[in-house]
Amino acid sequence: MSAERRGLLPEGVEGPDDLRRLLDDHGYLADDGLATAAYLGLALSRPLFLEGEAGVGKTALAKALADILGAPLIRLQCYEGIDAAQALYDWDFPRQLLHLRTAEAAGRAQQEDVEQLEDELYSRRFLVARPLLQALETSPSVLLVDEVDRADDEFEAFLLEVLSDFTVSIPELGTVHADVPPVAIVTSNRTREVHDALKRRCLYHWVEHPSFEREVAIVRRRLPEATQRLATEVAHAVQQLRGQDLLKPPGVAETLDWTEALLALGAQRLDPHLATMTLGSVLKYREDQDRARGLDFGGLLAEARGG
Amino acid sequence: MGDSGAAYDVTDTVVGLARTLRAAGVEATPDRVHEMVRALDRLDGARRSDVYWAGRLTLCGSADDIARYDDVFATYFGERPAPRAPQQAAQRPQLRLVASPDAESATGGDAGAERDALPAAASATEVLRERDIASLDAADRAALRRLLAAFSLPGERRRTRRLARAHRGRVDQARTMRLLLRAGGETPHLARRDRRERPRRVVLLVDISGSMSAYADALLRFAHAASHRGRAPTEVFTIGTRLTRVTREMAHRDADAAMAAAAHAIPDWSGGTRLGELLKAFLDVWGQRGMARGAVVVVLSDGWERGDPALLGEQMARLHRLAHRVVWANPRKARPGYAPLAAGMAAALPSVDDFVEGHSLAALERLAAVVAGAGRREVTHA
Repeated sequence: MSAERRGLLPEGVEGPDDLRRLLDDHGYLADDGLATAAYLGLALSRPLFLEGEAGVGKTALAKALADILGAPLIRLQCYEGIDAAQALYDWDFPRQLLHLRTAEAAGRAQQEDVEQLEDELYSRRFLVARPLLQALETSPSVLLVDEVDRADDEFEAFLLEVLSDFTVSIPELGTVHADVPPVAIVTSNRTREVHDALKRRCLYHWVEHPSFEREVAIVRRRLPEATQRLATEVAHAVQQLRGQDLLKPPGVAETLDWTEALLALGAQRLDPHLATMTLGSVLKYREDQDRARGLDFGGLLAEARGG
Repeated sequence: MGDSGAAYDVTDTVVGLARTLRAAGVEATPDRVHEMVRALDRLDGARRSDVYWAGRLTLCGSADDIARYDDVFATYFGERPAPRAPQQAAQRPQLRLVASPDAESATGGDAGAERDALPAAASATEVLRERDIASLDAADRAALRRLLAAFSLPGERRRTRRLARAHRGRVDQARTMRLLLRAGGETPHLARRDRRERPRRVVLLVDISGSMSAYADALLRFAHAASHRGRAPTEVFTIGTRLTRVTREMAHRDADAAMAAAAHAIPDWSGGTRLGELLKAFLDVWGQRGMARGAVVVVLSDGWERGDPALLGEQMARLHRLAHRVVWANPRKARPGYAPLAAGMAAALPSVDDFVEGHSLAALERLAAVVAGAGRREVTHA
């Protein structure tokens, strides 16, 4: 395979299964779909658009990929009102002002000098690179655009421009182009529908909650100090909670938090008393906690041990 | 595109799959198809799962597409029977010209008669504006549709975090630097910018159950006009026996095309209502994630609840905590002697900020004014 054909694929990765093994080595257990999505994203140099419930591991995938590639992870957290000055680049105003005053004091603000002064003021040394520009300038890198659904549609249009040709034009400086485009991962919690044009640039993947076996494996992998028994019991309880029609069903992130909380209490296994005590690390709504307290944890855990 | 000759022609197969998908309502555009061919080139085209994922990752654009994709994929490539196939209704629902007028007059005749007694000097349009939609005949309905098409729904304004040029506000550093440079280091004033205002999102939940059938067509047209002529971002859902998001269907510029598309999308035309359950579904899937947050949510319903009113009350309280304002428009409210006796309505009212009518064009205009933030606090807690 030529260099161009390989995109950013690491050495020895010839298919989704190879990439999955690598992810596995770096503590991220991906299923078929996600491994294929990540593989194609790397091979075709296409951004990945990941949607799914909060806490199913969208952000963690970016971290794992950065680990694998040995590339820095550059993260852009979206929020309402985010614009080019916060996402792309900004001019360092205080330093520009200082420079201008110094030039003035040196008597340089004469007419003939103005053009030169302008070039100085708008040079690279006064440019503050924000995440998107950083990602274009750092190669290789993993760019994580997190929770794009929180930004407004103006920002989407602007992101589309950057993600389609990985080029940014700065009027005062010229264009910045990434020869090796960063591995781009865009995540959304689907609080609103992101524009089709942006999705069309990307490979779309809906991330599901993991299966029971995978969840146990994830807990064991991320928290090696947890016993198999604790991991199984917590995963089982979480799976049951997900079936409970809650306001916010717990994600993998909550499973890990819960296990950590239990470990901090020195628990070797989950019992109904401990479960009720630590419920706050899994369920973040009062209504959900009330509903969970009504559950028969004892019976539930006996079931986990039986099955 | 690689050596595709082996067992089957990849491009042909992909194009065929995309065509079937389009027929099933997934927007498999040519560029997406091209992308799938590229993806397959990197995977094993002879492996079912690779073909499956290559297609799903490139042809689908949202979570809603995935179920359709699974069905189409299964039928297209055979082997596995499609588990979901028979779920589609046998006949496609048609947007009818609502219930027959005589059926309505049995219950609402007196209201209609009362309205007819308006001063003769009022123009036909004026009369039409005030008349209960349920009492209109076919000709009046056509006139009403034309009036509805000209409707607009301005959203209530809120301040955003996004900045725009302004006379007062914080210093616009980039522009000030330009001014300074142009003026040779001295500037008469600092350039400023301030937070911009935008209309709040409006979410319309339109009840299309049997008890609302006389109003459903007009209310959906109202929703259509609102999503086009207003500046506020508008989301439209229908509630009946199930929750259907029709925002996309409402995007058709032409009102009749939008109605036809909506009729196609809505599976439960004129069924019963389970308001509480559906409101919960809305909040679970859309509302809590962000759609209802800070929005003006308008429920267009008669509050006729088949399910448990307690659930409706609970979910309305939840909606009220999320939304900026909850408006309930009830066409029955205009009937003489109306009291919110329907158990659902009574349970919902404590969580409603504005309780208005919605039975006539004039009432819908008042509703639009309420959505825009005028006439606050006219709740009648009965």
